[in-house]
Amino acid sequence: MANSSPARRRLPLTWLGVVPFFVFVGLFLLLPTLYIVVGAFRTPGGEFTFDNIIALNTPSILSAYWVSIKISFWSALLGCLIGFAMAAAITVGKGPRWMRDPLLTFSGVASNFAGVPLAFAFIATIGPAGIITLYLRTEFGINLRLMGFNLLSTLGLVITYLFFQIPLMILIITPALDGLKREWREAAAILGATNAQYWRKVAFPILFPSILGTMALLFANAFGAVATAIALTGPSLNIAPILLYAQIRGDVLGSPNLGYALAFGMIVITGVANTAYIVLRARSERWLK
Amino acid sequence: MTRLWSYGALAIGILYFLLPLYGMSEFSLRMIRGEYSLQAYYVVLGDARFQATFGYSVLMALVTIVFGVLLVVPTAFWVRLKLPGLRPYIEFITLLPLVIPSIVIVFGYIRLYNTSSWLPLTGTAMGTNILLMFGYATLALPYMYRAVDTGLRTIDVATLTEAAQSLGAGWSVILARIILPNVLGAVLSGAFLTFAIVIGEFTMAALLDRPAFGPYMQLLGANRAYEPAALAVIAFAITWACMGLIQLVTRFSKHNRVAR
Repeated sequence: MANSSPARRRLPLTWLGVVPFFVFVGLFLLLPTLYIVVGAFRTPGGEFTFDNIIALNTPSILSAYWVSIKISFWSALLGCLIGFAMAAAITVGKGPRWMRDPLLTFSGVASNFAGVPLAFAFIATIGPAGIITLYLRTEFGINLRLMGFNLLSTLGLVITYLFFQIPLMILIITPALDGLKREWREAAAILGATNAQYWRKVAFPILFPSILGTMALLFANAFGAVATAIALTGPSLNIAPILLYAQIRGDVLGSPNLGYALAFGMIVITGVANTAYIVLRARSERWLK
Repeated sequence: MTRLWSYGALAIGILYFLLPLYGMSEFSLRMIRGEYSLQAYYVVLGDARFQATFGYSVLMALVTIVFGVLLVVPTAFWVRLKLPGLRPYIEFITLLPLVIPSIVIVFGYIRLYNTSSWLPLTGTAMGTNILLMFGYATLALPYMYRAVDTGLRTIDVATLTEAAQSLGAGWSVILARIILPNVLGAVLSGAFLTFAIVIGEFTMAALLDRPAFGPYMQLLGANRAYEPAALAVIAFAITWACMGLIQLVTRFSKHNRVAR
């Protein structure tokens, strides 16, 4: 729309309205991130270098990244599978329809119930002295610890992360499942397709970009999680966010610029995962709108 | 067969969700050996540090919400009205806090705003509080912006603005008395979500060394047995309350709107 008052016509001042926003995100989002990224490519003296990135190539840092990637991958994969199964059951499957609203509401709560309290909930349940652990031991003589289960481990973190990963999957994939048109199923049935064929040849190919995209999002979501991991394991588990936390607190790597490189690596990994999410979501919208 | 699959998936999922909730509730009641009691809750709620840190985080959440609303509502309004070409860029920027881990953002703060920098915010307690509030506003930005922008989509911003202008209203009146009431439901949704995020936030508060609720919970978890479970129950109740309020607000603002 054109500027209505004649006094404003002389100078294009409309951009002034977004200045506060850009000042804010510039100072407290873009500049801090840029500072880390630039720092990753600089020597302490301020010259350009790749040495910090190359210095990441030590067994302890690589293993921190690798364990993080494993935890994020498995919690994203399992979160996707279980979340999809549950969402499918209340939308296109034969599950009870009345469960739909309660489940979606609960998912909204659980996907936000992360951080320190979530770790407490799992320690109280399947920790060394947790309710389930004790119950299994006294009632059935099953000793989880002797069976090699430890909550303060990679597997324990995956199980805990699923508590916010599954709900997030349910929240994102339910609209996509709702978007599957009844006509497609009927058309497939008229052409003689079985239910399994309909899923394999029609529904799944349509949903696949959504599922893969959400998995990328879940991956990034788990990769950046710090609080749950610290509350669960303390500083003992060597994963990327905990290592960075220790580095910020006390320069455990012995080089500030190596710390920047570690953080830069995290941005790259979550950045790639989120780009995959955005690209795949755009692709899925060709059919599901 | 399909029915079996559907019920099976739901049963396993629901069992997985209920067990930790049951576990933390039961555990929190066991502080006194051999009987169920609310002792852990009394101890937690009576702890002076709980009251102090919880109060601090509530205050931070409220200030963050006010700041977020003041930043996001005028911006989203202005972009819709005058600069629609900027929308994709602003949308992209507001999604960045979901991409960049919060630990990286706060790492940048610590290095950029330390005592020897051009803007030494971390030099004083008040400065650090403000920095932490800006950090929370950044974390809340994706949710706040999307909520408000969706709210603005449902009203005719241009017509409302012109009508108000022709009646002699200035920009602040338009924003405060026309736009804000119309997107109040969306703003409140964003506000409750912000509250839920800020109240238990750990990483930023711990690294900026502020006495917030998140670091307090972590400290208690490292030293005590039953109180953390009670805290988990309290935190879950708060999250639940925030989400419930969002649903309530959304439903209310839908009923309130004339069908178009």
